[in-house]
Amino acid sequence: MPPIDSVLDDFFWRALIGGLGVALVAGPLGCFVVWRRMAYFGDTLAHSALLGVALGTLLQIQLSLGIAVVCIGLALLLVILSRNRSLATDTLLGILAHSALAIGLVTLSFMPDVRLDLTGYLFGDLLAISRTDLAWIYGGAAVVLALLGWLWRGLLMSTIHEELAKAEGLPVERLRLGLMLMFSLVIAVAMKIVGVLLITALLIIPAATARRLASSPERMVGLAMIGGMIAVGGGLSLSWFFDSPAGPSIVVSAFLLFLLVYGLVREQRHG
Amino acid sequence: MTEALVTLDDVSVTLGGQSIVDHVQLTVSRGDIITVIGPNGAGKTTLIKAILGLQSISSGRIRRTPGLRLGYVPQHIHFQPTLPLTVKRFMALTGASPANCRAALERTAVNHLYESSIHHLSGGETQRVLIARALVRQPDLLVLDEPAQGVDVNGQAELYELIRELRDSLDCGVIMISHDLHLVMAATDKVLCLNQHVCCSGYPEQISHDPAFVELFGRHVADSVAIYHHHHNHDHNLHGDVVDNAQTETCHHHASH
Repeated sequence: MPPIDSVLDDFFWRALIGGLGVALVAGPLGCFVVWRRMAYFGDTLAHSALLGVALGTLLQIQLSLGIAVVCIGLALLLVILSRNRSLATDTLLGILAHSALAIGLVTLSFMPDVRLDLTGYLFGDLLAISRTDLAWIYGGAAVVLALLGWLWRGLLMSTIHEELAKAEGLPVERLRLGLMLMFSLVIAVAMKIVGVLLITALLIIPAATARRLASSPERMVGLAMIGGMIAVGGGLSLSWFFDSPAGPSIVVSAFLLFLLVYGLVREQRHG
Repeated sequence: MTEALVTLDDVSVTLGGQSIVDHVQLTVSRGDIITVIGPNGAGKTTLIKAILGLQSISSGRIRRTPGLRLGYVPQHIHFQPTLPLTVKRFMALTGASPANCRAALERTAVNHLYESSIHHLSGGETQRVLIARALVRQPDLLVLDEPAQGVDVNGQAELYELIRELRDSLDCGVIMISHDLHLVMAATDKVLCLNQHVCCSGYPEQISHDPAFVELFGRHVADSVAIYHHHHNHDHNLHGDVVDNAQTETCHHHASH
């Protein structure tokens, strides 16, 4: 094994380390997406990430920060709008998801000085990952994992039954906000890996795969982390040997793993 | 004088311009078992959600004893099948020790399900696990929304008996919703008959003769409930009070009724 500094000089190793870092947070967050049926919500937040890129470029701040800010803003907007029951949640999410994506694309086209690799934002550009990106990924992952560990019992209880959790005195609204904050962070750091259009896949597929093998919520989280890491490793290998795009290759690996597990493992009697 | 756990003072809930709970006056004290009965859409669930703090009220006041610990057994609990969960883990989420969790499950007679998946329980087993979970938290007030739903007839009687026992051993107050008038009349201390507003309230023996009760449920039901109590002493009830219709706290129906 070469010393760490020269490892980070190599784009492939940087990609692998970055991808593994994202898989680490995508695992637990993905479980919450699956448990709380938030797939469409995650998609909406991810779509708004492009608007974050535009904002970050415009203000000349770190793009991850721009993305996180826009995602948090949209998450809050969703909370406020969903109180008004005149539109069904999925309609509301559909409107916001695609409008955010379109506004992001239009805004970016108005910035002639900026030469942007749009494909990179839509499908990820893992092989172009920099040391700064790595710092953002692991910084973000550390914050998210620490928050998850701290709020775990409350988050789990309010996921199982929100009213029961509330009656028992848990601050369910604040927990939900905390979860949204974590989502925004994960989307901001995961975007570099798989891009706007595939983030939800990286969240859901390993978690869904883990469900088949897990008998407790904590084990499901652990298995989702491992599954995500295998997908990252597999996807990068695919990309290395067949020169396929890295982000989609990771999602394809995750999907193959999902098929394999559901094909081989019968439904658990326990859990 | 028993300790009042929750007092509802002229509480109303209006949702979307429609009155769901209308000027309700109610006190739940330690040691009480109060059953809320009434037709569908009478606001029973809304009322207990207001007591739990899950439903904001439009007017009136709810006073809870400071530090009041609530145990809640919800009506329909749907466990998301994507979330793997055993009874053991579900109980442990209360923060109680494994020994206490097992003891609580023992009391509701479902200890043998400790290691089972929560997704494979029958309706009655789920209710007993939920009650165990509520009582492991040592509640001051136990709130149950149709605890006997999905439980067969023999199981229902046992369930009400269990609730009485828990009231005695925990020294807590109980408020629950029920549909089964016969069991309610047999197993409850006090009945609150709700149809948005409180139609009548009092001891079961009194209430079955109450004109408001008869009006709400019909002569046939009222008579069958009254017949069910024929073994009771009609001059003095089990509480030692003289049974007299005039003593029930009956509100006057609005002209529209």
